[in-house]
Amino acid sequence: MNSIDIVKGSGVPVRGNDIDTDRIIPARFLKCVTFEGLGANAFADDIAGLAAQGKVHPFRDPAYKNGSILVSNQNFGCGSSREHAPQALKRWGIRAIIAESYSEIFFGNCVAIGVPCYKVSHEVADKILAWIEAHPSEELVTSTESRTLKMGDETIELTLADGPRGQFLDGSWHARSALMANADKVQELAAKLPYMQFLK
Amino acid sequence: MGKSLYQKIFESHTVAKLPSGQYQLFIGLHLCHEVTSPQAFAQLREEGQKVLFPERTFATVDHIIPTTFPERNRPLKDGISEEMFSHIENNTKNNGIKFFGPATAEQGVIHIVGPEEGVTQPGMTIACGDSHTATHGAFGAIAFGIGTSQVADVLATQTLAMSPLKTRRIKFTGKLKPGVTAKDVALAYIAKLGVNGGVGYAYEFAGPVIEEMGMEGRMTVCNMAIEGGARVGYCNPDEKTFEYLKGRPYAPKADKWDEAVAYWKSVATDADAQFDDEVEINCDNLEPMVTWGITPAQAIPLNGNMPKIDEFEGSEKKVISEAYEYMGWEEGSKMIGRPIDIAFVGSCTNGRLSDLQAAAEIIKGHKVAPTVKMWVVPGSMKIKVEAEALGLDKIFKEAGAEWREAGCSLCLAMNPDKLKGRQVSASSSNRNFKGRQGSPTGRTILMSPAMVAAAAIEGCVTDVRKYIK
Repeated sequence: MNSIDIVKGSGVPVRGNDIDTDRIIPARFLKCVTFEGLGANAFADDIAGLAAQGKVHPFRDPAYKNGSILVSNQNFGCGSSREHAPQALKRWGIRAIIAESYSEIFFGNCVAIGVPCYKVSHEVADKILAWIEAHPSEELVTSTESRTLKMGDETIELTLADGPRGQFLDGSWHARSALMANADKVQELAAKLPYMQFLK
Repeated sequence: MGKSLYQKIFESHTVAKLPSGQYQLFIGLHLCHEVTSPQAFAQLREEGQKVLFPERTFATVDHIIPTTFPERNRPLKDGISEEMFSHIENNTKNNGIKFFGPATAEQGVIHIVGPEEGVTQPGMTIACGDSHTATHGAFGAIAFGIGTSQVADVLATQTLAMSPLKTRRIKFTGKLKPGVTAKDVALAYIAKLGVNGGVGYAYEFAGPVIEEMGMEGRMTVCNMAIEGGARVGYCNPDEKTFEYLKGRPYAPKADKWDEAVAYWKSVATDADAQFDDEVEINCDNLEPMVTWGITPAQAIPLNGNMPKIDEFEGSEKKVISEAYEYMGWEEGSKMIGRPIDIAFVGSCTNGRLSDLQAAAEIIKGHKVAPTVKMWVVPGSMKIKVEAEALGLDKIFKEAGAEWREAGCSLCLAMNPDKLKGRQVSASSSNRNFKGRQGSPTGRTILMSPAMVAAAAIEGCVTDVRKYIK
């Protein structure tokens, strides 16, 4: 699998804490047997809810339509384990995410599909959000290698733990090949677990 | 130094340390449903891979299945739902995986079916493409939700790449008062520790309240761990655990029973185990809990006041304002007395027999208010049969409630059961997120099944304790 380092593109500011996976992709869109087409329905209810108030959601705002770096606040992606959520974001065009914090399952799902999720402090998140709102079409650059964001003339430090950073760089974010490599050890361990005999 | 159950099971299931720094963990039990698995089976087909341990995976259909007839008859009217149903049937059949389907009357919500069939056992690692998998932790297992790429990893390798979690023991001390249930305990710890307080942790639920609680209550407490951010939540196995499992279809048989119990006892947390964090919650004065907002942590005691926006600062203030804006309620007011439109008893949180019994006890001899529709959805077809043998269906029907077939139903509204418009639902489920119950503007108040029944009678949020006989 490929190494994932540089992501270049404009930003998409999705302000708010606790943006859950039901909001990222409402359950009715999980009715599918492939992930194709999910991108068109990302944030569908939030988009409609804002439209009813005469407002526009960043995922529907023409200013951000080519964006590839999503920025949000605390506990992004909480709730359901649906991989459909990061799949919908990726298929919409998102290639990297910057937020104050993430739910664990969402973070793991993003690693598994090759979308780096960086952390920043609340102050820095607000600064990036405000910058994107002021410069919607300007390019941002994130790097897993240097754990930085280039924003205008500034270089901002991003947090990404060594484990997932290494996985993005050496291609092992796609876990399968590393897991397959230990096939013999798996059988050995299985043979030792007492309950393998219990389940008929 | 002693070890926690979490540490013991994690260590005994570690196959290897991976180059990424993560650990390769053997998965003792894999549970599947129709929503998060079709893409995983498709990946295996594309890559020409086989399911490595088909006998360690069990599946059912729960999210999309209608809970009424004739809608439940095949082929399902909704084309995509029928396609998903066929996929799980064919994928399990073609790979030699047991499917608990409606045809054999074994179907139900996956987190209810696992324990009911006895496939869920202490000392296992259990994974499922569903965030409420921690439910199985009630048996003393490490159980957690995974995404679809990881479902494919489990199917192909029976392992996952995982990092160990920190551990937090939550001791529930004191004694629950009448009318206060496992659901109230769950909402109380989530409200106390926050919606993301558990991120990075496995929660051990302990103390006299948990020891006193039955297995079904423990499942409710573990089920909602993820609503507090904790991917894993568990209780230590004890005599109640063993008693529950004895005689279940897939539980160890007599010749293996003593060996099994010895293993199960060995995985329990040692007396001198150390935790990264310890929390005590005294339950002596715990009241029935209700949510008022759009996250499960936005919960208050029934007679309490909702918070004022000014009590919060910064981004939290924004979250609270957003919740009020969505729910349309006045800050600082009470939940008690708020009208409801739908009363829902069911889900992997509260769709077990004891939950139906609790609701039936309250509603017996009363009528559902004319302004309310009440749906009672058993968590499995077997529970439905047991409940009918006890006459619970008659009690609900005489009260004017609808007695339905098993499935996830209104919890997440992927089947025809949905809220309409701004309807308010009193719900025994697990999430009050915006739009969760099928209407983008619908509103959910989480509470215990008995509280749902009381709300159905009065047509508004009310105190269940006045109906306790």
